[in-house]
Amino acid sequence: MNFETVLFYLFAAVTVFAALRVITARNPLHAVLFLVLAFVSSAGIWLLLEAEFLAIALVLVYVGAVMVLFLFVVMMLDINIEQLRKGFWQWLPLGALLAGLIGVQMVWVLGAEDISAGTAAVKHAADYDNTKELGRLIYTDYVYPFELAAVLLLLAMVAAIALTLRQRRDTKRQDIDKQLKVKREDRVRIVSVPSSRQANAAQDVEASTNGHTAD
Amino acid sequence: MMELLQTLQLAGQDLLGAAWLPVWTAVKIMVIILPIMGGVAYYTLAERKVLGFMQVRPGPNRVGYWGLLQPVADGLKLLCKEVIIPTNSNKFLFLAAPVLALTPALAAWAVIPFDDGMILADVNAGLLYLLAMTSLGVYGIIIAGWASNSKYAFLGALRSAAQIVSYELAMGFALVCVLLAAQSMNMGDIVRGQQSDYGLFGWYWLPLFPMLVVYFIAGVAETNRAPFDLAEGESEIVAGFHVEYSGMGFALFFLAEYANMILIAALSSVMFLGGWLNPFHGWPVIGELTDMVPGLFWMLGKMSIFLFLFLWFRATFPRYRYDQLMRLGWKIFIPLTLVWVVVVAAWMQTPYWLW
Repeated sequence: MNFETVLFYLFAAVTVFAALRVITARNPLHAVLFLVLAFVSSAGIWLLLEAEFLAIALVLVYVGAVMVLFLFVVMMLDINIEQLRKGFWQWLPLGALLAGLIGVQMVWVLGAEDISAGTAAVKHAADYDNTKELGRLIYTDYVYPFELAAVLLLLAMVAAIALTLRQRRDTKRQDIDKQLKVKREDRVRIVSVPSSRQANAAQDVEASTNGHTAD
Repeated sequence: MMELLQTLQLAGQDLLGAAWLPVWTAVKIMVIILPIMGGVAYYTLAERKVLGFMQVRPGPNRVGYWGLLQPVADGLKLLCKEVIIPTNSNKFLFLAAPVLALTPALAAWAVIPFDDGMILADVNAGLLYLLAMTSLGVYGIIIAGWASNSKYAFLGALRSAAQIVSYELAMGFALVCVLLAAQSMNMGDIVRGQQSDYGLFGWYWLPLFPMLVVYFIAGVAETNRAPFDLAEGESEIVAGFHVEYSGMGFALFFLAEYANMILIAALSSVMFLGGWLNPFHGWPVIGELTDMVPGLFWMLGKMSIFLFLFLWFRATFPRYRYDQLMRLGWKIFIPLTLVWVVVVAAWMQTPYWLW
């Protein structure tokens, strides 16, 4: 058993353990953190497969961005675990059936001969660049599926924004552009106010010209 | 120097055999991490001195000459303080959060080239690795905020999460421009791509100037530094995510923050200011005179420019309001970087691309 095999079993064990804890953890936040652990250790397995671009992209996209938003949402949820656990035994048979089906399918597909024959690991030379190879494939052989997937994602994004963007008339909002364009002259008005003694004197003069006296 | 290293290598291999590689790597890691830790300690002192200078006061000057032992005193004080764990907090996560904040900040240094060939892990996807590592630092902050069982800490964590996710996009697009220009994600190759006979005019800051500005500002936001330090805004949420931490836990958050700042400075100099390259290379007279200077010197010099900028920003800018911060990230930086990616990609197809 060489070092790589040891690493593989280590990462695989951590991934399976973390995945199990995702569904058994009582606290939803712990479940999210275990999911992060599962992602990181599967990135480790991908690194062992010399797919460094995919491994780092997994950490970057899923761990660095998606799971942060997950955490963000889960932290703000007020989840009643008791209520969530209700009906566990009622739904167990259906869930077990589905899980069994998925398991059988995976064994079926992964056990097929033409797949397992191709998975014999091919060691690449030290100067093999997984990133370059992937880029070449995506932008030459698979350019149309890739562009289609990109357009689909863009469509989903635009649709999600269009569905949730509702302008309410009664909310008060700040227009930051306007705020930033404010000049000093818009806010400050210089008024020359006469000093108090002069002001008093002026008042007296005004009072006497009006014909009103103090008494 | 090289011969000495080689004899050391051979002696180690004779002595330890297969176990030599991990030992030698650990030595290399130490050679990188210890100066970073020292740099962090003295960067805090430099910060207080620079802020003092800008506010016309002396800054720390009691411990040692010119306050030179101040970081040591601060570290000792924090080490001796009691670690307080708030009631009803999640103890494990509360203690793990500072470690989670510090680890990515140090792990990212593995792919930083200090000189030609002076790099711990010369991986092909170096730039991507860096982006991944810097995006992991936010976990320490979020978990700290949640595990503290405190409203202030929680608000700070939420602010920080939203801020980092927003600025990461602009940062990523700025890096896409760099890898377009360098045609590689290997950090060493990015620097070598900037080598030319025109010295500092061959570096990427010239064609990618808007990206340098965006990248550095996004870096300031990513490290939660003023004017983007809403995650710890003292006036609204006391100290944000680390309000419940004391002693070494608190110190670890600060180590992570400063290590991240030095990292952003190193990255900006590698990607836009030609890393270890001599700024006068190829110039008459001065170029030949300065070519003898080791690359490490240039690298550290360029980093200190950015490190000073961090302090200058803190001393001069008032804190952003949260909606202004989001607007800057989403409505200004992301469109700007998107346009510049297209501009650079098109520009590179023309004969007018000189880099």
